[in-house]
Amino acid sequence: MQVPAPFEYERATSVDHAIELLNRLGSEARIIAGGHSLLPMMKLRMAAPEYIIDINDLSAELQYINISDNEIRIGALTRHQQLLESDELAAALPIFRDAEKVIADPVVRNKGTLGGSLCQADPSEDLSAVCDALDASCVIKGLDGERMVSMHDFHRGPYETAVADGEMLTEVRIPLRPNSSSAYHKVERRAGDWAVASAGAAVTMDGDVIADGRVGLCAVGPNLTNIEPISEALRGQAPSEELYARVGQIAADNSSPNTDTRGTAAYKTHLAKELTIRSLRKAVARATGTDTGAVA
Amino acid sequence: MQVTMTINGEEVSREVEPRTLLVHFLRDHVGLTGTHWGCDTSNCGTCVVWIDEEPVKSCTHLAAMAGGHAVRTVEGLEVDGELDPVQEGFIQCHGLQCGFCTPGMMMTARALLDRNPDPDEATIREAISGQICRCTGYSTIIRSIQWAASKERETAVELAGASNEGASA
Repeated sequence: MQVPAPFEYERATSVDHAIELLNRLGSEARIIAGGHSLLPMMKLRMAAPEYIIDINDLSAELQYINISDNEIRIGALTRHQQLLESDELAAALPIFRDAEKVIADPVVRNKGTLGGSLCQADPSEDLSAVCDALDASCVIKGLDGERMVSMHDFHRGPYETAVADGEMLTEVRIPLRPNSSSAYHKVERRAGDWAVASAGAAVTMDGDVIADGRVGLCAVGPNLTNIEPISEALRGQAPSEELYARVGQIAADNSSPNTDTRGTAAYKTHLAKELTIRSLRKAVARATGTDTGAVA
Repeated sequence: MQVTMTINGEEVSREVEPRTLLVHFLRDHVGLTGTHWGCDTSNCGTCVVWIDEEPVKSCTHLAAMAGGHAVRTVEGLEVDGELDPVQEGFIQCHGLQCGFCTPGMMMTARALLDRNPDPDEATIREAISGQICRCTGYSTIIRSIQWAASKERETAVELAGASNEGASA
């Protein structure tokens, strides 16, 4: 039987209360949201916090998708299922629905949250790649108020984020730009599994050329946020298969996957390239209104 | 700690360790062994129960987190001696062989049909994609859920007919 090591349980009644608890209980306190990353880690003793602070009652403060003209703000406690089902989010940022369809399974998606996924900072976790492609920022709250960090600064490395002791992630902010779209492609061995590899792309068009483009990769290296050579290669270029192939190669060159039961390093590197190509092709087609609805 | 929740409509309170998982709370502390305990890693889905009408995997959920909420288990499908159409469907269409995955499959199926009374096969397959039948009897599970869906639609039509007659009388 797998059960977590003993801990004390606290239930937060507000965000301020959660932060107060975090500060009072110290570095051995951890927040639990959906629990689908933290509890398995605790069962395996890879995590053994002395205090668990349950924030599931804070839906009024932390569970929302607010869309304005130039930005989308998503509360940290927003569940995968809401991210999947929101038509408004899918219209503005189709990469979310692409990714959410293949994150875990429907029952797990009822519990798992955006904030929990990002704070877990697993290199194989899809939403970090999504938020990186979208140039998102994370709002971190502590006793001294809020601070905002880019995904690049948020994701410090495997299982490590910019959230310090006594702080919590409360919101993710994503800029909305005109003439833009996005897409996500993942290869997994079976429904609900971790990615063998995935790639997400977001592009902003200026007439016939790509004004700005970003690619987020997942499961092919310890920390792949903000791959600047990709954005440099895309900037000011007209979309073409040749361009996608060149950028796909940059993605592959920046990947450093391990050989494991999900595949060889060579296969994953190949996927980093091919999924980057497919995501870019799809994102550009969507942004230019030429998407035929084809899968790849 | 004292954990109090509603299970199948009845308030239940137990003194448990904070680390007690919901699946063990239900089985070992409350004695409701209909919910099965399987892989312990949120992969197999035999432990699925509802919390506030949403299916969740109870092996990856603290009992403490369910405190103050309404839990429904497979024991709560039958009402006043009458089987839920999903349970009937599993009997009619041989939806179980060894029966180990059955409680989770039925709770997920019930939630699906409450939201979508007429799901196509692909929708059913997607809904149960987080659940494993190690007998690999997926085809009969899908047929069982389809049987329940069609029975419920027929019942709904009959009820609507009856109420129309009542209105015109």
